[in-house]
Amino acid sequence: MSVLVLCERRSDGIDEPSLQALAFARALYPGTSVHALACGVAADEVAPLLGAYGVETLHVAEHEVFDTYAPHAVARAAVELAGRLRLHALLAGGSEQGNEVVARVGALLDLPFAANCVAAEAGPPLRVTRVRWGGSLLEEALLHAELALLTVAPHAVAAQETNDGPAAVERFAPALDDADLLVRVRERARAAGGGVTLADAKVVVSAGRGAGSAEGFAPVEELAALLGGAVGCSRAVTMAGWRPHTDQVGQTGTKIAPELYIACGISGATQHMAGCKGAKRILAINTDPDAPILESADYAVIGDLHDVVPAIAAAIRAARNEKAGAE
Amino acid sequence: MRILVAVKRVPMTGGTIVLTPDARAIATQHLGFTISPHEECAVEEAVRLVEREGGESVVLTLGPPEAEEQLRDAMAVGIDRAIHLVTDEEEWDGQATAGAIVEAVRAEEASSGPFDLLLFGNESADAGGYQVGVRVAHALGLPCVTGLKGIEVRGRLVRCEQEVPGGRDVFEVPLPALLTVKEGLNLPRYPSVPGRMRARQRPIARHEPQRPPARLEKLRFVVPEGERKEAEILGRGPEAAPKVVELLDQLGLLR
Ligand SMILES: Cc1cc2nc3c(=O)[nH]c(=O)nc-3n(C[C@H](O)[C@H](O)[C@H](O)COP(=O)(O)OP(=O)(O)OC[C@H]3O[C@@H](n4cnc5c(N)ncnc54)[C@H](O)[C@@H]3O)c2cc1C
Ligand SMILES: Nc1ncnc2c1ncn2[C@@H]1O[C@H](COP(=O)(O)O)[C@@H](O)[C@H]1O
Repeated sequence: MSVLVLCERRSDGIDEPSLQALAFARALYPGTSVHALACGVAADEVAPLLGAYGVETLHVAEHEVFDTYAPHAVARAAVELAGRLRLHALLAGGSEQGNEVVARVGALLDLPFAANCVAAEAGPPLRVTRVRWGGSLLEEALLHAELALLTVAPHAVAAQETNDGPAAVERFAPALDDADLLVRVRERARAAGGGVTLADAKVVVSAGRGAGSAEGFAPVEELAALLGGAVGCSRAVTMAGWRPHTDQVGQTGTKIAPELYIACGISGATQHMAGCKGAKRILAINTDPDAPILESADYAVIGDLHDVVPAIAAAIRAARNEKAGAE
Repeated sequence: MRILVAVKRVPMTGGTIVLTPDARAIATQHLGFTISPHEECAVEEAVRLVEREGGESVVLTLGPPEAEEQLRDAMAVGIDRAIHLVTDEEEWDGQATAGAIVEAVRAEEASSGPFDLLLFGNESADAGGYQVGVRVAHALGLPCVTGLKGIEVRGRLVRCEQEVPGGRDVFEVPLPALLTVKEGLNLPRYPSVPGRMRARQRPIARHEPQRPPARLEKLRFVVPEGERKEAEILGRGPEAAPKVVELLDQLGLLR
């Protein structure tokens, strides 16, 4: 018996969630041979990398459709391969793409699928712990299936290198019909670059309903600019139309991982906090000393953001002027 | 156009999640309920498309009798009518949910004609299964594009945009199709008072599907141990600013 991990390509190799899924699979079935499927990759570039992460055999599906992202064709290729291997489990990273492709495999094979697992114990039945509510709640469940389908929640485990040599490569051309080729990226619209993105910013300054209006964001923007950071907001703000949804932090917005998250006039609902679990430190600015966000914040200033934020901006300027003067 | 939208009733948890004593559900006595945000956008998109192209929109949910509230909410912003697959309080797994929805869609299409578009959320807010829409599409033999933040119907084709790091990926599929969407697709409208009144009159068709055994069988929930922190109070009001600057300096963020 063996396991199969679907590996998502990235311009410079294989994406991190796939490597994490490999570590998860090896821990779940120690000693079992690990197969990987990658679509549309240069086998000789990827085989050494995947070998180093414990893959015994790399299966490369070849078809012109894999020049772009074609999730249904990937699922078809995985199903074809799964039919040839004797598998305990088929896994992928818990990225949008990993979840989508494994869901399609589940639909094609009419098998249950557990998305975003953080732990698992071999069965049968396989026992999983999976993430719900964007990370605010865990579910323990049994997966009743001959072939377990699951994805691994991002950062549930770390990618782990072994000292193995390159994976053996097996190429195949999956049988795909017109319907399988339909869903594919036709065009990539690149966003105009520039500016710090919310997901990558080292500092994020957010405001919530406490900002009171779209204009209430002026001092927040100023503080973010002074710190070279990005502006974020809560869903209360996007629903009010004060900021675009691209600024929203949370379960249904962007997940952020800054060094410092400054959350002004945000109460700290679980769905908001689901988006900033990756923040190293949180500073809350809130009029209410009992706001739930104070239970996940490292630092707090109790006060009206309309007074506190401009005062911080002024103090930063003063401190910088002083430093400049001293030099 | 005929459009179906699938929505799920979920609790609005606040600052902490509290479980029932058997840990098999969230304690909801003190909570309100809502439609997941992704699905609110699906509802709004369906209403806009029918406003523009004509036709009919239908909202469907599988859930307890109280889920009628979410069907009324959807009709209050302009959905024409509803299908309620009434269950007991027990949650269904993704496969069972998809199976019941497929049957309901087939029955509805047999009586009222085919749908051009089926809209789902990319993932439900509470279960986060990432699968019901994909399964329904497969069973109905429809093309499926997921996680969309842009939808544009052009005749019998639909152009679909997914947000990816650095830009957008564009797909194009023929109708009929099933699309799953994400919040940010549009800004949903608020229901008006007349809208709410009208929604009370709109028809709801009810069915009681039988729940098959769960193949992803929930045992219990666990609230993850976030580190509960005692925030260090840096001060009150604007006088706290110097302390904040000190902190920024310590963290190397002042440069
Ligand atoms: C399924 C689902 C998904 C969701 N996804 C998200 C998501 O991705 N992101 C998200 O943010 N929310 C999300 N929400 C909504 C979430 O539950 C909360 O409703 C929302 O985060 C509240 O926003 P808020 O903190 O700005 O507003 P409120 O909860 O109203 O809090 C306002 C806070 O500001 C403080 N305040 C008021 N005035 C001032 C002032 N002048 N100065 C300083 N402080 C002040 C108040 O004390 C209070 O703490 C989701 C909800 C659901 C049900
Ligand atoms: N009980 C339900 N009733 C109606 N639609 C549902 C239900 N559960 C899930 N869906 C739809 O399927 C999508 C994906 O759900 P999930 O697979 O649970 O993440 C949701 O966003 C809804 O559109």
